[in-house]
Amino acid sequence: MPPTVSTDQGSSPGLAAYADVTASETSLRRFLHGLPGVDQVGAEARAAQLGTRSIKTTAKAHALDLAITMVDLTTLEGQDTPGKVRALANKALRPDPADPTCPSVAAVCVYGDMVADVKAVVGDNVNVAAVATAFPSGRASMEIKLADTRDAVAAGADEIDMVIDRGAFLAGHYLQVFEEIVAVREACQRADGTHAHLKVIMETGELQTYDNVRRASWLSMLAGGDFIKTSTGKVQPAATLPVTLVMLEAVRDFREATGVQIGVKPAGGIRTSKDAIKYLVMVNEVAGPDWLTPDWFRFGASTLLNELLMQRTKLTTGRYSGPDYFTLD
Amino acid sequence: MAFEYAPAPESRSIVDIKPSYGLFIDGEFVDGHGSAFKSINPATEETLAEIAEADAADVDKAVKAARRAFRTWSRMPGKERSKYLYRIARIIQERSRELAVLESIDNGKPIKESRDVDVPIVAAHFFYYAGWADKLEYAGLGANPQPLGVAGQVIPWNFPLLMLAWKVAPALACGNTVVLKPAETTPLTALLFAEICQQADLPAGVVNIVTGAGDTGQAVVSHPDVDKVAFTGSTGVGKAIARAIAGSDKKATLELGGKAANIVFDDAAIDQAVEGIVGGIFFNQGHVCCAGSRLLVQESVADEVMAKLKRRMGTLRVGDPLDKNTDIGAINSAEQLARIRALAEIGEDEGAERWAPPCELPSAGFWFPPTVFTGVSQAHRIARDEVFGPVLSVLTFRTPSEAIEKANNTPYGLSAGVWTEKGSRILHMANELRAGVVWANTFNKFDPASPFGGYKESGYGREGGRQGLSAYLKAGA
Repeated sequence: MPPTVSTDQGSSPGLAAYADVTASETSLRRFLHGLPGVDQVGAEARAAQLGTRSIKTTAKAHALDLAITMVDLTTLEGQDTPGKVRALANKALRPDPADPTCPSVAAVCVYGDMVADVKAVVGDNVNVAAVATAFPSGRASMEIKLADTRDAVAAGADEIDMVIDRGAFLAGHYLQVFEEIVAVREACQRADGTHAHLKVIMETGELQTYDNVRRASWLSMLAGGDFIKTSTGKVQPAATLPVTLVMLEAVRDFREATGVQIGVKPAGGIRTSKDAIKYLVMVNEVAGPDWLTPDWFRFGASTLLNELLMQRTKLTTGRYSGPDYFTLD
Repeated sequence: MAFEYAPAPESRSIVDIKPSYGLFIDGEFVDGHGSAFKSINPATEETLAEIAEADAADVDKAVKAARRAFRTWSRMPGKERSKYLYRIARIIQERSRELAVLESIDNGKPIKESRDVDVPIVAAHFFYYAGWADKLEYAGLGANPQPLGVAGQVIPWNFPLLMLAWKVAPALACGNTVVLKPAETTPLTALLFAEICQQADLPAGVVNIVTGAGDTGQAVVSHPDVDKVAFTGSTGVGKAIARAIAGSDKKATLELGGKAANIVFDDAAIDQAVEGIVGGIFFNQGHVCCAGSRLLVQESVADEVMAKLKRRMGTLRVGDPLDKNTDIGAINSAEQLARIRALAEIGEDEGAERWAPPCELPSAGFWFPPTVFTGVSQAHRIARDEVFGPVLSVLTFRTPSEAIEKANNTPYGLSAGVWTEKGSRILHMANELRAGVVWANTFNKFDPASPFGGYKESGYGREGGRQGLSAYLKAGA
């Protein structure tokens, strides 16, 4: 079963309380700059501390399976072809063909023009996520960003991964960023009243400071994003543990303030099982166990999946297998 | 489905605990002549080993051995002494896992702390003072500073090996020899350190370790041929030592109790401040003289800070010290547990509101859950007395000047913490707070290059850094 994406929270009374905040550039700016700061040294120390948790035996088996179900298996290359994404889609359905107990991943993440090809393979068994809004830079006119989004939704995308305008954010034009997210969220609407799940990519590697990450997180949540996502994968650094820590604190605090739960997706640079488990520990201890499902936490990754599979096989058989025992795509 | 962490115990097999230990005098282990006592594992109450007790005659032997060794050790060129200290530091690193496991077994502290904090700082201290041994003329004490002689050192049970390092490393670097008495509940890592001294071929008598309780400590500090007394422990015992050596020409440094204020302003980075509060009071079960045991939080953010603090306390894992995921280990002794319980009950009786997250405590051993008291005022005993356990008292303030007044309104003055994103406020607070250490946007950070010590009843003298050298040197002629 793919994660559910129908949680419609746009009309939550909790969010309505923040209508004043987003009413003008001044009020939004005042609100975002009034959020408590993030001490860089302290945040990084806390992330490192959580990274020392030792997850063994049964806990590790649980964590590896959970991590597999949270993977957004991704390919976002100029050289992507229908053949390539179909192969990836098959892998998403059956990550380990040798082991039927292995769960499938959460979604396949591709460019918008590849959505139909993926959908043809996975049907309703795995979600299809499409990057949109002139990914990865977001440097295009609003019409193009919205058309990009509508195309992907029309092609059957279950989830849209949009990028924010980092230039506008860094220039302090918060309301512009807010309004763009609101508009893209509207473009995610389907005729039947449901909407494609919206993930807002903040490109934290370009925002650079944790204060910015916290502000961008709140901005994205207030604008109606269903998920906040670290990175496109095209900018270094991509996802890091401290950035994800700040985002997890933001979704935790946001739910407390509004009653609305928002998901988190670190993407890019998570390659090892050990790293994936560190993220899960962080989700568990910072946001809480409510976020420990593919509905609320995802990994944007490609090579991570095989690593998880190798560790999973090692746990069940007691032996490490070579890379040739796992499929390439 | 909840994410349960499976047990992840560090193996005990790396450390070999002998059934009994003697005293380390003049380079070898010898029998003691007092009545032997047992060291137990506070997490299980199992007996770990039988420990010899040094009587006055044994202490005298140790001081004589130290005096003999002083003649050669003090005249040895500094660069030669530093070679021994570097060697000890390297052996500590090589045997770090062994030391960490033994420390956790004997003391009850979580392995993640003994492994990631205690032992690395121990090694760093020896490395740091090894570097000073041949540069003493640059210590700011004149061109030709001289060692004091034999140092009698008495250390507590909260950081057994780390306090040993704070005492032994600077003393040796400066050319003194030492007679050290570890705490009676935690002697094992000091005895393992004695083996490390043998392994490093340290000349006999330079380090002597005499085990025992109060009487042994008394014999060490009042021995007439001891030139220097260094003590870390309770203010009560510190005062007794000061009285005992008054009128003699012994020099003394005393590092005593504390009741540190951890001050959170409304413009602080709240999430990191909460981490600092947790680290400040629950690190090492709160058995920390500089623990941030009084939280002073600005009233305008008190509710937010308390809600976040309580949620965070709910994620603390109390239990087996050797489990790598344990955050809070065992209370060191039945005696200390009784004291913590008594003070916590007084807190309740005096009307403060007590809260602890639900947590299952093991049936054997000594345990106390992480606890916070709200509604505390300066008039409550839990705001004044050092609990030396995982118990936080929360007070509020309205303005910076009120925070300063309340923070300084204690007989102690060892440390303080300030949490604010405003740099100028940090500098102002650091000037106004009467505490030896003021941490800004962090807490319980230790570095061998940084001096440590107290104001008022928290003691006198400084340990660590260049300042720490003056505790073991006199200006030369």
